[in-house]
Amino acid sequence: MEWEFTLLLIGNGVLIGLMYSLIALGFVVVYKATDAINFAQGEFVMLAALFSAAVMVLMELPFWVAVIVAVLGMVSFSFGLERVVLRPLLGRPVVAVIMATIGLAAILRGLGPMIFGAETRSISLPVGDEPLRLGPFILQPVQITGALVALAFLGGFTWFFLRSRMGVAMRAVADNQQVAMAMGINVERYFALAWAMAGIVSALGGVVWGAMLGVDVHVSLVGLKVFPVVILGGLDSIVGAVVGGLIVGIVENLAAGYLDPLVGGGSKDFAPYVLMIIALMVRPYGIFGKRKIERV
Amino acid sequence: MAGTAARASDKRMPGDSQLVVEGVSKKFGGVVAVSDVSLEVPRGGILSIIGPNGAGKTSLLNMISGFYTPDTGRVALEGTDITRRKPSDIAALGIARTFQNIALFSGLTVLDNLMLGRHVRMKAGVFASALYWGPARREEIAHREACEEIIEFLKLQDLRKQQTAALAYGLRKRVELGRALALEPKILLLDEPMGGMNTDEKEDMARYILDVNQERGVTVVLIEHDMGVVMDISDRVVVLDRGRRIAGGTPEEVQRDPAVIAAYLGGGSRG
Repeated sequence: MEWEFTLLLIGNGVLIGLMYSLIALGFVVVYKATDAINFAQGEFVMLAALFSAAVMVLMELPFWVAVIVAVLGMVSFSFGLERVVLRPLLGRPVVAVIMATIGLAAILRGLGPMIFGAETRSISLPVGDEPLRLGPFILQPVQITGALVALAFLGGFTWFFLRSRMGVAMRAVADNQQVAMAMGINVERYFALAWAMAGIVSALGGVVWGAMLGVDVHVSLVGLKVFPVVILGGLDSIVGAVVGGLIVGIVENLAAGYLDPLVGGGSKDFAPYVLMIIALMVRPYGIFGKRKIERV
Repeated sequence: MAGTAARASDKRMPGDSQLVVEGVSKKFGGVVAVSDVSLEVPRGGILSIIGPNGAGKTSLLNMISGFYTPDTGRVALEGTDITRRKPSDIAALGIARTFQNIALFSGLTVLDNLMLGRHVRMKAGVFASALYWGPARREEIAHREACEEIIEFLKLQDLRKQQTAALAYGLRKRVELGRALALEPKILLLDEPMGGMNTDEKEDMARYILDVNQERGVTVVLIEHDMGVVMDISDRVVVLDRGRRIAGGTPEEVQRDPAVIAAYLGGGSRG
């Protein structure tokens, strides 16, 4: 029975891990295209969850309206954020943008409950709640949905960056902003696009994550998972976000299944960080990250 | 370089001034990079900018292509003031450039690099290219053909799908030239296109530059250190030293100019 328990933990870890990948993708796209480190990624997800809860619980509108509102709301929000706050910071030291996003995170955590109320609201996906039993696996429909959404997006983003003209241009912007400008590429437009993509990812992540945990300010804590994911995978790699997400999801679940009973709980939350610190020492640019070689 | 010399001698006379730089200056902190430099680039000609290291050649190029905004003076393309335009706008107006240190998008293939050069010529937007499959597809094919033509011109056929990071130095320089050509520029700014090349590679590059100029009718502004090449292929030469223009004229005039001889041979105060 022991191996079945392990498989169960791993299976659920994979599903949750894909959700982490999806949310980390928002972070990676922004970092790749604009070099900005977004410490408010978790709050983006929270905001999207609040939007969808407002639509479904307060206005009692159907699920698909909530998804549309969350996506449109997050895209407008991230466009506006890029235009009003981040663009003026272009060319300033990286730390300026980091501080701005940390500030933004605090503001969102405060404003969210202020506007939408502090109570936990439950939203549900139209997928039922009967768990799916497959051999040793017991999978929750919400988690399966989340994993499928994540896979679809990861595939879509991969196609976008490898094949589409805008995706290739965005990689060019990420590679060398100056040269991209000399090619006539409007760099600022691609910055805005990258933030909008982070908005879309957060919107879908927020709806699913909110459905899993219930919607309140704690949804933003998922942002804390983003850092081990992107450090393990590589800050600028989409494949890395997937692999990093899977590692974090699995490690977290194994820690919850095997370590928590021994130590009385809590190891689930820090195990990914232990891994992250080891990764930083061994491979600071991540498993798939680009190793930066700089002329001194 | 017998061949290139022969070609240079029968070049047509350069026409009017296509690009005019008037009294531009640029300071960085207290350091004067460029001081009150003027020059006129004849339509259809090759103008070379020469000068010792630190003379302000690249800074001048950066002001033309919009990367630096001049503190004083103006830059005009075909009569239109472009002094304060963004680099991406200037590229769209038809001024393409290459960089001193090779600046290819290293994770991308040769073809992708060239296709990015066509970015400003692409009309169909994202949604069009996603929805209106037909027209957007035709446009894509037209751009692809334009790139293939450049690939053939620069003899890069075998390297289309190679990542540029894996290419030899001289080839990367050639791809960078190709990417700039993909913009279909009116004016091509080349920042040391032969820097670090051996003699054979230099000769190839000089040949390509002449072909670009004569067959494609592209005006060329060239920064180059190799005096032999410069004197061979240029219609006009402008000499900078410590941020100032010290001479200008035909290659023959410049070679005889005492100020130039002094700057290259006599000036010991330069770092």
